[in-house]
Amino acid sequence: MALRTHVTDPNRSTFSRRAFVLFGAQTAIAAVLGGRMYQLQIIEGEDHAARGRRARIKPSLLAPVRGQIFDRRGKPLAVNRQNYRVVLYREEAEDIGDTLDRLAKIIEISAPRRLALMKEIKSTKAFLPVVIAENLSWDEFAEVNANAPALPGIAPEVGLTRHYPQTDFAGHITGYVASPSEKDIDRAGDERAVLKLPGMRIGKSGVEQIEETALRGKAGLIRVEKDVHGRPIRELEHRDGIAGEDLKLTLNFDLQKYAMQRLGEESGSVVVMDIYDGDVLAMASSPGFDPNGFVLGLSQADWVALRDDEKRPLSHKAVAGLYPPGSTFKMVVALAALQAGLIGGGHAVHCGGYIELGSHRFHCWKRYGHGVMNLEDALKQSCDIFFYDLAKRVGIDRLAETARKFGIGTLPEIGLLGTKSGIMPDKAWKRANRNEPWHAGETLHAGIGQGYMLASPLQLAVMTARIANGGYQVHPRLVGERNGERVKARSLTGTGMREADIDMVKQAMFAVVNERRGTAYKSRIDYEGRRMAGKTGTAQVRRITTAERGTGVLKNDELPWRLRDHALFVAYAPADEPRYAISVIVEHGGGGSSVAAPIARDVMLKLQFPKEVPEGAVPEGADPMFMPPKATAEKDDDSDSEDA
Amino acid sequence: MATLLHDPSRISPTLTQKLLSLNWALVALIIIVATIGFGMQFSAANGNVDPWARLQMIRFAISFIGMFVVAMIDIRFWRGTAYIFYAFALLLLVGVEVAGTVGMGAQRWIHIGPIRLQPSELMKIALVVALARYFHDLNPARIKNIFILIPPLIMITLPAVLVVKQPDLGTAVLLCAGGFVIMFLAGTNMWFFAALTVGLGGAVYAVFASKGQEWQLLKDYQYRRIDVFLNPALDPRGAGYHISQSKTAFGSGGSFGEGYLQGPLSRLDFLPEKHTDFIFTVLGEEFGLAGAIALLVIYVLILLLGLGSTLRIKHVFGRLVASGVCMTFFAYFAINMAMVMGLAPVVGVPLPLISYGGTSMLVLLFGFGLLLSAQIHGQVAFPRRGSML
Repeated sequence: MALRTHVTDPNRSTFSRRAFVLFGAQTAIAAVLGGRMYQLQIIEGEDHAARGRRARIKPSLLAPVRGQIFDRRGKPLAVNRQNYRVVLYREEAEDIGDTLDRLAKIIEISAPRRLALMKEIKSTKAFLPVVIAENLSWDEFAEVNANAPALPGIAPEVGLTRHYPQTDFAGHITGYVASPSEKDIDRAGDERAVLKLPGMRIGKSGVEQIEETALRGKAGLIRVEKDVHGRPIRELEHRDGIAGEDLKLTLNFDLQKYAMQRLGEESGSVVVMDIYDGDVLAMASSPGFDPNGFVLGLSQADWVALRDDEKRPLSHKAVAGLYPPGSTFKMVVALAALQAGLIGGGHAVHCGGYIELGSHRFHCWKRYGHGVMNLEDALKQSCDIFFYDLAKRVGIDRLAETARKFGIGTLPEIGLLGTKSGIMPDKAWKRANRNEPWHAGETLHAGIGQGYMLASPLQLAVMTARIANGGYQVHPRLVGERNGERVKARSLTGTGMREADIDMVKQAMFAVVNERRGTAYKSRIDYEGRRMAGKTGTAQVRRITTAERGTGVLKNDELPWRLRDHALFVAYAPADEPRYAISVIVEHGGGGSSVAAPIARDVMLKLQFPKEVPEGAVPEGADPMFMPPKATAEKDDDSDSEDA
Repeated sequence: MATLLHDPSRISPTLTQKLLSLNWALVALIIIVATIGFGMQFSAANGNVDPWARLQMIRFAISFIGMFVVAMIDIRFWRGTAYIFYAFALLLLVGVEVAGTVGMGAQRWIHIGPIRLQPSELMKIALVVALARYFHDLNPARIKNIFILIPPLIMITLPAVLVVKQPDLGTAVLLCAGGFVIMFLAGTNMWFFAALTVGLGGAVYAVFASKGQEWQLLKDYQYRRIDVFLNPALDPRGAGYHISQSKTAFGSGGSFGEGYLQGPLSRLDFLPEKHTDFIFTVLGEEFGLAGAIALLVIYVLILLLGLGSTLRIKHVFGRLVASGVCMTFFAYFAINMAMVMGLAPVVGVPLPLISYGGTSMLVLLFGFGLLLSAQIHGQVAFPRRGSML
């Protein structure tokens, strides 16, 4: 048999040999393949596994719920409101056009909007939602829900949007949120990714802006496994974020609203603060603006209208408006002189209507003079000559030093965007800013709060508070509670003033309002224990020429609005046991006594008698108290004290 | 009776004898591999029998029966029909060229009634059978003669060129490799292989030299695949994407894998063609090195059983058919594994008995049928020359 095979098949041994070689070669190649498996899975295995995880697991952030803002008694100022909206998922829609047609029967979809939507839907991944309509009414939303089976791909959703229920009454204080700009994102550092979340809004002004970090909270994190197309498959990790802090402001919204209404059409500001803990109870700036417009984006036309308004509604005048303090500054001049020991209680000056310095005449507002004036009379009747003389004695540098202790020329520590420090000029300031030496005449101007001097309503309120509390450096503050925990007030430091000196000035301020011939006598509160002490001011905006003085100074009514004087008034109450300080400024309003003082009186009445002003508190012959339109006649369950 | 038993080569064995002498170990291994395949099809469909596993099982069942039928038929019949088979396959290849369906950028499919056929797959076996017959019929004394190599070279080149034109470089390489291995095993002159090596080197050079020329030998996408294979970083999101994704998923398997049905990248569609060309990656990700090596070992065992049995076959046709089938089988799994592990360019070669696909399953089991037939009929005597049966 073997022989036979050999005969028929002489190449069999060659085949066997070569088959062996072939199998050897194949085994060798298989070994190489095995080696490659080892290399990929064992040697490089962890690298590949890590790369695989990076490719499929995508972390994404969960937007934290923004903290809400309330007034000191819990009235909502900035809240998160449910936003009913309708989105479309392309992968679930059969015929997008048909679905939109049917949806359009329930909610309005204009033709251009429809066109834009179709484009957006086509360019969005099939499994991602496209927002069809937002801020639907509940009725619309409910109807979409009811018709959901007939609207394949349409999903009703509830999101959160910021809402400011008090509209323009507190707009300057709450500020507003808006989509972060490129710059905001660049500056955000670690929070960049949070700001890039869709629908993310950040504070752009007001408390929303200064308390951004607290209000925003911390973003949560989810790690989602996604397929190669980016479609989420399952959640691997879910870490909830920390909601932003709820803030209770020091603001008394009822008072704030009243102050806004009281200012009415005027352009101006009212600031009310607690003279001990610095709580800002009202900080009205008129005209106001509605922050809600900014949340969803303002139209260009609306924006331009706001920006170009002569009365600057977007400017928070309480902190950003600067005005010559005028006669309201005279208390500081008196205190500087008393502190320096230059005058005593018996000091008196004769006012003849003007004094001369070199070749210049400095006029009193009263053309033929006040006669002999002591400190109390001079403040009460706001005699300019007395304070020209005092300023000259004190000198500008000493005056500035005292003024700064009362907050004039220093930045109020309230943090609000646009807060200004104003100007308290002295020799160094003029050298640095004007590169000119100081002129003696400028000291006289400073003595009546004119010249270079500029202060904001908040600064004037702070100044008044520091006088009222006996000379302690109180700082204004806006945030009273964070997540229900009281924020401790800063401890007070002294200004170095003598109590007797302060009392003397306070006595004079009492006389301004409560004594006949006082400039604010017509705005007195005639109620024991609720009386007000204060000081009027009228800040000149234009220069009065000698020629005009000769023919008689023009009345404000005869001037265009922009050239009229600013009306100012600062006060504290109750006079015998002070608690609150107020500053009022009405831009181009005219005289402080006739325009600003009545506003201050009304606000103080509202503050001290929140329920009903007792008969006789507004004496006969005085302007009647302003009663706001009936919209404010809502239930008021507060006691006399505004503390909750 | 006794004389008949003493001279088994004179007559055909009975059906019972055939079944007894069947290489059952090989059959068992084939079933094991196919079963692994069903499991992987099930996994590739994220744990569903549809769309792949069920159909694959039906195809295997039909092909498996076909394998038995082929194995039972006398090997001499297959020698007789060898050239007809080859001519038929060649005709289909030409038919594809004329009326084929374009699938995945290449013309590969032909429809015969309800059956969709890939003639290039059929040709792999047809070529093996035809070459085996050629060398079987050849006078053994002339085997070292160089001129006898001309007909087999034509037999290899003709289908290879047609397949390249489809274009399907992978199959063309498989055809050539299978053909040359048969020529080698037939005992042809070693000088020929020396010359072939030089010739192939020249051809590879020509392929690269022709790039961008008017006479460019390969399609642009084939060059791109080669470029990307040589440097996957060239195009990480495009052509190199397949290779890098496959390596990542395969490597993620580690020692024991992520677990059956648990391969994350396979689950999440990161793998292209995960049920066909890249099924080995799914296996690697889910079963790790242990699973991958196990499959490799089974494949090598099939090779060993196949090639080992050829040594007992007494006729040239049987030996060459059996070893040709083994070579084709080897080329399938070696190229596919090399491809998904980034050792070879992506050329579209399936993993034998595991990748989803009807034609390759049918053709492979037909091939194994021939191999088994050659073993069963290893002792039969052929008429000395030329005649059909």
